[in-house]
Amino acid sequence: MTLRLAAGLAGLLLLSACATSTEGPNSASAKAPGSPPRSESPGDAFHSTYEPYPGVPTAIVGATIFDGEGGRIDGGTILFADGVIEAVGGRDTPIPEGTVVFDGRGKWVTPGIIDPHSHLGDYPSPGVAAHSDGNEMTGATRPEVWAEHSVWPQDPGFSRALTNGGVTTLQILPGSANLFGGRSVTLKNVPARTVQAMKFPGAPHGLKMACGENPKRVYGSRNQMPSTRMGNVALMRQTWIKAQEYKRKLEKDPKTTRDLGWETLVGAMEGKILVHNHCYRADEMAIVLDMAKEFGYKVAAFHHAVEAYKIADLLRESGTCAAMWADWWGFKMESYDGINENVALVHDAGACAMMHSDDPNGIQRLNQEAAKVLGDARRMGIAIAPETAWTWLSYNPARALGIADRTGSLKPGKMADVVLWNGDPFSVYTRPERVWIDGALLYDSANPKLRPVSDFELGQPGEGDVK
Amino acid sequence: MRRFLILLAALVAGAPAAAQTIAITNGRVAVGDGSPPIENGTVLIRNGRIVAAGPGISVPAGAERIDAGGRWVTPGLVAGFTQLGLGEVDGVDETNDTAAGGSPFSAGIDIAPAVNASSSVIAVTRSRGVTRAIVVPGVVRYIFGGQGALVDTGEDRQAVFAPRAFQFVELGEAGAGRAGGSRAAAFAFFRNAMLEARAYARNPNAYDGRQTNSLLMRIDAAALVPVVNGRTPLLVHVSRASDILQVIGLKREFPRLKLILVGAEEGWLVADEIARAGVPVLVSALMDLPQSFEMLAATQSNFGRLRQAGVKVALAEIALGGDTQPQNAKQSAGNLVALLKLPGAAGVDWDHALAAVTSGPAEAIGMGKDFGSLRPGRRADVVIWDGDPLELTSAPAMVWIDGVRQPLETRQTRLRDRYRELPPAELPPAYRR
Repeated sequence: MTLRLAAGLAGLLLLSACATSTEGPNSASAKAPGSPPRSESPGDAFHSTYEPYPGVPTAIVGATIFDGEGGRIDGGTILFADGVIEAVGGRDTPIPEGTVVFDGRGKWVTPGIIDPHSHLGDYPSPGVAAHSDGNEMTGATRPEVWAEHSVWPQDPGFSRALTNGGVTTLQILPGSANLFGGRSVTLKNVPARTVQAMKFPGAPHGLKMACGENPKRVYGSRNQMPSTRMGNVALMRQTWIKAQEYKRKLEKDPKTTRDLGWETLVGAMEGKILVHNHCYRADEMAIVLDMAKEFGYKVAAFHHAVEAYKIADLLRESGTCAAMWADWWGFKMESYDGINENVALVHDAGACAMMHSDDPNGIQRLNQEAAKVLGDARRMGIAIAPETAWTWLSYNPARALGIADRTGSLKPGKMADVVLWNGDPFSVYTRPERVWIDGALLYDSANPKLRPVSDFELGQPGEGDVK
Repeated sequence: MRRFLILLAALVAGAPAAAQTIAITNGRVAVGDGSPPIENGTVLIRNGRIVAAGPGISVPAGAERIDAGGRWVTPGLVAGFTQLGLGEVDGVDETNDTAAGGSPFSAGIDIAPAVNASSSVIAVTRSRGVTRAIVVPGVVRYIFGGQGALVDTGEDRQAVFAPRAFQFVELGEAGAGRAGGSRAAAFAFFRNAMLEARAYARNPNAYDGRQTNSLLMRIDAAALVPVVNGRTPLLVHVSRASDILQVIGLKREFPRLKLILVGAEEGWLVADEIARAGVPVLVSALMDLPQSFEMLAATQSNFGRLRQAGVKVALAEIALGGDTQPQNAKQSAGNLVALLKLPGAAGVDWDHALAAVTSGPAEAIGMGKDFGSLRPGRRADVVIWDGDPLELTSAPAMVWIDGVRQPLETRQTRLRDRYRELPPAELPPAYRR
């Protein structure tokens, strides 16, 4: 790695020291990038205390840049400072005095990957029973729980997602045992003492819903409702009807006693909380879309949409994203019709396609999953440019999470969530070389001090090892 | 020798299928034994076995010629730890034969009869270039899973080509749980089983393991005789460094045990001891999380560090869902190469990464002379790839198993083609076949 030192070595050393210290952010970086946080979710509390970590004005020159919205610049320059992207352009992009410049020749620059479906923190490593905090399996409708209250910030999985996966933002969802699983939370993938210090400022909450096998299996086995798919839908509709009642009551009397569950469902009906629906089968997704029409809410995304390719046209028409794996299939009945071209077919139909992991290992390789899709798409005659495919990894998930105006692509004014890859990120031979979040260098493969180690791993065998 | 060759040639000429000799020419041939790829190489197949692979091989008259067109040619991939063919849909119990919690038997279970050669999982796995797999019975009752098998993914009625190829035992956290709650109990169970096997071998008629509350039934004891005698390899799943040392130590009391470690996430901490014991190891390339307290030191560099220490190591995605998605063997191998560019990591060069998913698992299980590479005499499992075999965007263009050309169409490609065009159409997708 060659460094052109416009700022001098001292600046770099300073950077290393600051980024690993617990000092507060410097005043320059503390300015919130992008547009100000929008109004927060209904009944919001546990506000984000995240503030960008210190960064230095940084440029990467000579790299292949995927801007995350389908754009590509070969031999391009990206410039960011004060946590914000300032310029993305060609060789002639002016670089101000005092900028740290990295040689990106032979390397790639992309927006940080956004995983719209993770359980890091609420199903952390080690996966012992004492850590099993992802499913409130005490009732099929539990909209009152919030995933952020289960997130253990010391989950070592966050650091793997950062260093191996280039993941800068992720949505943590409750599990899928319940029809209404509770609120999700969107996090910046920064090591922190508290979940509040990871919360993406101003990001809307999500509501996790689930259809299909899981709810009916969990409750059917206890001889409770739901025990069938029709039971699933009936219970969801009954619950929405009650939420409508609460909404009317609240409109009449703002002093109505607070109810965490109804607040969440009312927020979803008002579009302030985004609905993320675990649903595998095409026919069930179509039923959920009609249920959403019945109650006047919108489904932001179907997750694990293994059969999305069968109804890609319906997804396009409803403006609903599909979060998918590349090739996981057959592990349960409702995943039996999974095909490797699912993502490509959804994309090709003009619907919003995105990769997701649902897994602490898969989250380390979402770029590799997208690469698999590209190969299989090409073999069936669908040519998708790699820079276009990056929309599945950052911009589309940002849209589904309601944060696309702030991150998910490399546009001036947006958060400097940036990954420098040591080669083509769709090659199996490539890994992140450096990762910046809001312009702060939080991972540097060449610097062991810029490799976060969770409290859990401190003092254990392999502490601080390259993982 | 020459007389033998002439005789052989006559036999081949008289055989009904002249195409039994196949020459794949003009390939970038990787033999799969760790040697570098050969440009413009030829692979010669006769009667289902490899005759030769390399440069300057003359093609016999009458051979079926396949021009690889400069593309990569490798042995078929070998998945090192799978439940391939034991289930169609994991979550549908009726189709799932991976383990038997209600059975009174343990080590005596032979999983070969459960393998379904027609499983769509086998077809999908074949279409991704995996031609053979080590199939491991799951452990539910006691610590032994039973006798595992080796299968091929060929489109025929016979998937198992080596039944009862090994015994499988859990001696880490899972073994402790099955044995009643502690590792000590698991090792006690194991020692007792070995002693029972010896007793059975001395006098089978006197063996009294006939009651349902016996720890070992008659067939369990019988199945462990070749294990304690070292004729059948023992695949041992452990992860923690201390467990690995305990397993290696078993050879003091049972010196003929032919041990193979699987998992071994903390193996790199005791790599020298494993190397000295000469025990082969099957590890995951990608397991890097402390997902349990027995793998606190898990790292993707485990493979590379074990190899540097001189351990005979190959790939098996035991803990990553690799058991149900064995099509991803090449992705694991490719990631080992990626580590070469990562400061502080122990990577593996391309040639040995390929070997880790071809000859490596075959050698670990003691069958390296039979399959897993393009060296002479091996089963003719050959793949022509449409790109770098370890790359994510690549896939097989042609596959042979035992010298027989294989179809690459699957239920998945049929679904893909059915939904290539979405309605409106004259008739619903159900009419598209």
